[in-house]
Amino acid sequence: MSTLANLSRNDETVIRLDGVSVVFPVYQAGSRSLKKRILFHGSRGNIGRDANDKVVVAALSDISLAITAGDRLALIGANGAGKTTLLRTLAGIFEPVEGEVKSRGRISPLLDINLGIDAELNGYDNIRVRAMLLGLSTAEIERRLPEIAEFTELGDYLDMPVRTYSAGMMLRLCFAVATCFEPEILLMDESILTGDARFIAKAEARIQSFIEEASVFVLASHNLELIKRWCNKGLWLDRGRIRMQGPIEAVVEEYRKFVSAR
Amino acid sequence: MIQTKKISRFKLAVDDVHGAIELWPLWFRLGWNDILHRYRRSTLGPLWFTASMAITTVALGLVYSQVLNLPARELMPHVCIGLIVWAFINSIILEAGDLFTGAESYIRHIKLPYSIYVFRFVLSKVIIFAHDFPIAVVTLAFFRIWPGPVALYAVPGFLLLVVNGGLISISLGLVSARFRDIPRIIASLSQIIFLITPIIWMPSLLGERSYLAEANPFFHLIELVRAPLLGSAPSVRTLVVTLALTVINLLLAATLFARYRNRIAYWI
Repeated sequence: MSTLANLSRNDETVIRLDGVSVVFPVYQAGSRSLKKRILFHGSRGNIGRDANDKVVVAALSDISLAITAGDRLALIGANGAGKTTLLRTLAGIFEPVEGEVKSRGRISPLLDINLGIDAELNGYDNIRVRAMLLGLSTAEIERRLPEIAEFTELGDYLDMPVRTYSAGMMLRLCFAVATCFEPEILLMDESILTGDARFIAKAEARIQSFIEEASVFVLASHNLELIKRWCNKGLWLDRGRIRMQGPIEAVVEEYRKFVSAR
Repeated sequence: MIQTKKISRFKLAVDDVHGAIELWPLWFRLGWNDILHRYRRSTLGPLWFTASMAITTVALGLVYSQVLNLPARELMPHVCIGLIVWAFINSIILEAGDLFTGAESYIRHIKLPYSIYVFRFVLSKVIIFAHDFPIAVVTLAFFRIWPGPVALYAVPGFLLLVVNGGLISISLGLVSARFRDIPRIIASLSQIIFLITPIIWMPSLLGERSYLAEANPFFHLIELVRAPLLGSAPSVRTLVVTLALTVINLLLAATLFARYRNRIAYWI
């Protein structure tokens, strides 16, 4: 329980992971066929069996890290290395089978643009639902609604059902809501970044402003240029394990070497 | 050590429910949206619930009063209220299996108390019930049946039904998230339950074999609301059976929820 004590004593640590492992049960893959073994052999994840001989995928193994206020952490690694799973674990969605996750502060996950989006509702109503999902009170939402609406730059479209929106418009709507209050912890998956260059620039300015509010930003991405611009620390995941963590430049450089060597 | 782990699990489950209650504006909105969503762009809107239930009631009431050779005045109100209450029960047991799997897009992307999805689900069923209920009033008025103040027993009766609905939804939602066959099994059972429960027929028709109705918990759940509306308080047996059912339901839901709540994200 030393971690708990550390967390309360050390005010700078916002999220701490201690020996966290996340294991997914795979109920469909019940068979122990040789074919499956061979097929899965080369994949990035670790497929194994638990005590009951059930097929399990070890998505994260023994992850320990501490994220402190002001950190802009980039998660990098190949597909299936566990980046999204780690984001979800940080968000509290997956409770680890081993180890523990401690965090303080309001977490705003931005993992899926479509979270809580009801295609038939108009933009304003979707902003309301989304903001509620992120934990804003009804009064807070109504107060911030004009500001959110302005940031989306969607204008009259906000009165239209969101099924008429393009992916980029949807992103603007969601990004505006997710970032309408100063989230203490913003978790983001790169896959949602589909906006045009101008919007990304705007988003970048917004994210920059969070960091100044001494909050935490974690981004899972393959875009090494974006990562270098947005983040100051890197964490390289390989098959669910931490391969390297440290200053962003060093981690990106090592990762580049590794990728080009293959 | 194991003991403390058990207690903390139970506490986490209670915290989950508590957290969800505090987030009532969220599940109120989601539950309400579920209703709006289903009937958006249709002219009658949610009144479709009322219309289809009214037609079913009249059709079954008329035909079965002939089949069973009972006066419509006696059978119709019984069938009408029976069908409305059954529709509530049935929609819960049929759809509870999708409670968590259907909320996958939320569960996998944001951490919220899991009870939110249960509350949202039950709320939308209560809203549909509220749409059906006026048919019962109209039917009673049409046959000039005045149940008197005893009808007020239907209010706590319905609340007990809602509590049981919520509890069974937790259990069914959890078990179905893990074992995807459960909703299929329930779908086939629901037909049988509908036919063997005195909903469109009177229990008195069983004669000496009335135990066939009395042994059926669904009969008692329906009677909880139907008897008062037809002018008599629910029988002691109905109360005992439904209260016992509530306790069992509570223990089952609490055990499953405390034990498997944190597995939901992995299962869906």
